[in-house]
Amino acid sequence: MRFIIVTGTPAAGKTSVMMHTIRHLLTEGLKVAACKIDCLETSDDRRYRSLGIPVAVGLSDYFCPDHFYVANLEEIFSWAEEQEAEILVLETAGLCHRCAPAVDGCLSICVIDNLSGIDTPRKVGPILTTADIVAVSKGDIVSQAEREVFRRKVEMVNPRARIIELNGLTGQGSLRLKKEILESSPVNRIEGKELRYSMPAAVCSYCSGETIIGSTYQMGNIKKVDFGRKSSG
Amino acid sequence: MVKKINILAGQDKSANLEVIEMLEVQAGEILAVVGPTGSGKTQLISDIEQYAAGETPSRRHVLINDLAAGDYDGQLSFRRLVAEVSQNMNFVIDMSVEEFLLMHAQIREIDRPEIVTKEVIKVTNELAGEPVSKQDNITVLSGGQSRALMVADVALISNAPVVLIDEVENAGINRLQAMSFLAGQGKVVIVVTHDPMLSLMADKRIVMKNGGMLKLQETTQEEKTVLKQLIEVDQKLSILRDNIRQGGSINKETLREGELL
Ligand SMILES: Nc1nc2c(ncn2[C@@H]2O[C@H](COP(=O)(O)OP(=O)(O)OP(=O)(O)O)[C@@H](O)[C@H]2O)c(=O)[nH]1
Ligand SMILES: [Mg+2]
Repeated sequence: MRFIIVTGTPAAGKTSVMMHTIRHLLTEGLKVAACKIDCLETSDDRRYRSLGIPVAVGLSDYFCPDHFYVANLEEIFSWAEEQEAEILVLETAGLCHRCAPAVDGCLSICVIDNLSGIDTPRKVGPILTTADIVAVSKGDIVSQAEREVFRRKVEMVNPRARIIELNGLTGQGSLRLKKEILESSPVNRIEGKELRYSMPAAVCSYCSGETIIGSTYQMGNIKKVDFGRKSSG
Repeated sequence: MVKKINILAGQDKSANLEVIEMLEVQAGEILAVVGPTGSGKTQLISDIEQYAAGETPSRRHVLINDLAAGDYDGQLSFRRLVAEVSQNMNFVIDMSVEEFLLMHAQIREIDRPEIVTKEVIKVTNELAGEPVSKQDNITVLSGGQSRALMVADVALISNAPVVLIDEVENAGINRLQAMSFLAGQGKVVIVVTHDPMLSLMADKRIVMKNGGMLKLQETTQEEKTVLKQLIEVDQKLSILRDNIRQGGSINKETLREGELL
């Protein structure tokens, strides 16, 4: 299974961009599952479900959504395997600039939008610096000049990443993202894999610097996803 | 250097082969894309932007200097094939015009950014009705000023070889002058428009229908002559427009005086 982690700032266009990309993957006959981690509420599950794919949601509530995310990666992985998914798209909450959800061996896509301002690439930290792919959205509403400046600022922060300019409304650019996903390597298991960057501090084992995934490495306050959540509304 | 772009036919929305099998546009040429809403203008542009190789819904193939996307193998000298100026675009950076242009020029690694910046502001002022000064904050420019600045910047600082002008309305920018300026810089200029003047200004126009390229029409000598008359009518109309803007009223007499009757 290819494990795709989608990160980025709030409302950057993560779901919009992935919906178009998943449609291309489905056209190729691939089985895709999607999971959304958020804090209090999300309607992303309804949007992903409209594609006719299995969808799970995890709401972290009073937990740091990032810690909640890492403490559930194993369970999310098994859930997607039960769905017989060939590709799992995991959309993170992306609430804080210190978020660091990228995992070694999993394709990490950071979605960031042109409207967020040219200082944003410098400010966002690990979600951008550790990404394999940076999807830059909302280029349709800013000038060409600003798109070029923004792109350069992204390159300065993460020179390794492939940058794809994407329009979340029309899906333009999503074919390239599909290609990147198909070219990424599948993973057999998530346990034992390592976060690319330590998480911000809180009150579980990951707060004190743990970076290895799996129940055996977890202690303190841990909350697990309830996979029974039905589509809201 | 991009010398020409070719678009090889794919299919229309009913999966029929397109009538026009090949469309070629050279650097310095202006192509108008015309057709009713929903006829496939946006898909055509998007195919060029994505350097399509049969994978888009239209199944078209785009060639640049006779080479397909795969032939270049990631060694393209430009970052982005198409630079766009459209009605929806705005500047969102809180900076002065001069600071912003300098930053853009530096990022593009242009020698002597101060000189290019001056040149961009000069061209902007030739295209825009109301003057733009280098100290103006870029976010407070009017629609016409912004569009003029975008055109000047695309022509002189951005390196995209193809420039797309999408439905730029007549508010405060000389569009005909903007298009010939871009073409003069050796760009491939593509204009999506419903305006007869802009269509005739182009060297040729592609007519879209049901998602396919239906007809390729070279602008005739007669049309070029008609264009001159249209421009005259437009100038007369703009006198009326200004009259209304300044609180005047219009009657048959003003039309006669303006040689519109
Ligand atoms: N103009 C424009 N709007 C976009 C683009 N991409 C997304 N949007 C709009 O931006 C808003 C947020 O998009 P989402 O896809 O929900 O963003 P998200 O990152 O998934 O948001 P959260 O999951 O809530 O953090 C929506 O109204 C989209 O329609 C784009 O490329 N251009
Ligand atoms: Mg979302």
